[in-house]
Amino acid sequence: MIAAFEYFAPKTVKEALSLLSKYKEEAKMIAGGQSMLVVMRQRLLTPEYVIDIKGLTTLEYIKYDDKQGLRIGALTIHRDIEKSPVIQKHFGVLSEMEGNLATIQTRNWGTIGGNLCHSDPAGDPATVFIALKAKFKLASSGKERIVEADEFSTDYLEADLKPGEMLAEIQVPTPAPHTGTAYEKLMVMKGDMGVVGAAVSITLDSKDSCQDARIALSNCSSVPLRAKKAEKVLIGKTINDGLLTKAGEVAATEATPPSDVHGSAEYRREMVKVFVKRVAKLALERAKAA
Amino acid sequence: MKGEMKDLKLTVNGKPYELKVKPETLLVDLLREELKLTGAKVGCLDSACGACTVNIDGKAVRSCSVLALQANGREVITVEGVADGDKLHPIQQAMIDHGAIECGFCTPGMVMSARALLGENSNPTREEVKEAIQGNLCADAGYVKYIEAIEIAAKEMRGGQ
Repeated sequence: MIAAFEYFAPKTVKEALSLLSKYKEEAKMIAGGQSMLVVMRQRLLTPEYVIDIKGLTTLEYIKYDDKQGLRIGALTIHRDIEKSPVIQKHFGVLSEMEGNLATIQTRNWGTIGGNLCHSDPAGDPATVFIALKAKFKLASSGKERIVEADEFSTDYLEADLKPGEMLAEIQVPTPAPHTGTAYEKLMVMKGDMGVVGAAVSITLDSKDSCQDARIALSNCSSVPLRAKKAEKVLIGKTINDGLLTKAGEVAATEATPPSDVHGSAEYRREMVKVFVKRVAKLALERAKAA
Repeated sequence: MKGEMKDLKLTVNGKPYELKVKPETLLVDLLREELKLTGAKVGCLDSACGACTVNIDGKAVRSCSVLALQANGREVITVEGVADGDKLHPIQQAMIDHGAIECGFCTPGMVMSARALLGENSNPTREEVKEAIQGNLCADAGYVKYIEAIEIAAKEMRGGQ
């Protein structure tokens, strides 16, 4: 069972950060705990102090304006992102991704910030946020710092959070005109962790040539992986089927997926080819329609 | 101090409680061991089976994946609190009438997922019903009867419309 710990339920973000700066590495914040309690049960994680921030409603928000883009408070639950009309309208890919994230019970309690800080390379949100060029706002007592979504995960279940720091907000810029984004993952059952997943964002110029592209893979490395070489295959070109196949093949060479009961590394690389091509095609259609 | 009991105030099935609990206590253990409400089942203890589903502030949540202290100030409903006295909830009645019960182990979780669904959506599509109980595993694979029973209950709750 879960090892004993000392528990705090701070009433404000300031109080939470002050506790975190006091106990540093010995403390762990819990939000919804949908991933954290699993690793605590396995005793992979045995914090001395647990700071429960689930009740900090000031970090539960979804704000949007055309200039600033989207701001999501770290303690917003998955289900609220899935059902948010403003997200469905402007960032449909996020709502689609959430619809396949675990089950309603998990989405009703689990938070977006908790998911990202768990830093599981198989997690869906991080991969999509990389494709969307998101930034994460990290807060510590009296300080703030911004990290790029593709630099936040540093290793398997490790994130770029310094002692005393917490994730406060996810910032997603308004995409450039004629941008389309999509995400799909290989599931045996709806809501499964992806055997592999691919998020692709494509921006077209006035001649329908690819001005910019982002490709990110889930469950293909020790971190959510940005496939930069595969992006270069598309950028500056007029995209056709052959080019999409090529992008998938290049992405498969960048992937270093695990071999486990869900699939061998070889099988996963094959699936990366399939999913990058399939998802890029959908992103391209969306970019043309945007 | 580590191991120190903490105060917990919550309502369960409409009844207010003021308790002292160990911080590492899971909500499902509080319900079953302390409050003797054994309706919520422990199937997997790994957030996979949904047998421990309860409603917290009206939403379906897995009580094996929530610290008891996180329910502080909240309203928890378990399957024991669903009926109105001796009168079963329409979801429960429909499950009985329609034969949507096999061994019964997953039933409390199914009832609680369905209750949360019908609380926010009185006229769900079949897809929405399926999605609501997607996280509730039935080892007897009695899913179709559950889905149909929830649809029957929804209709009953809409006054037959």
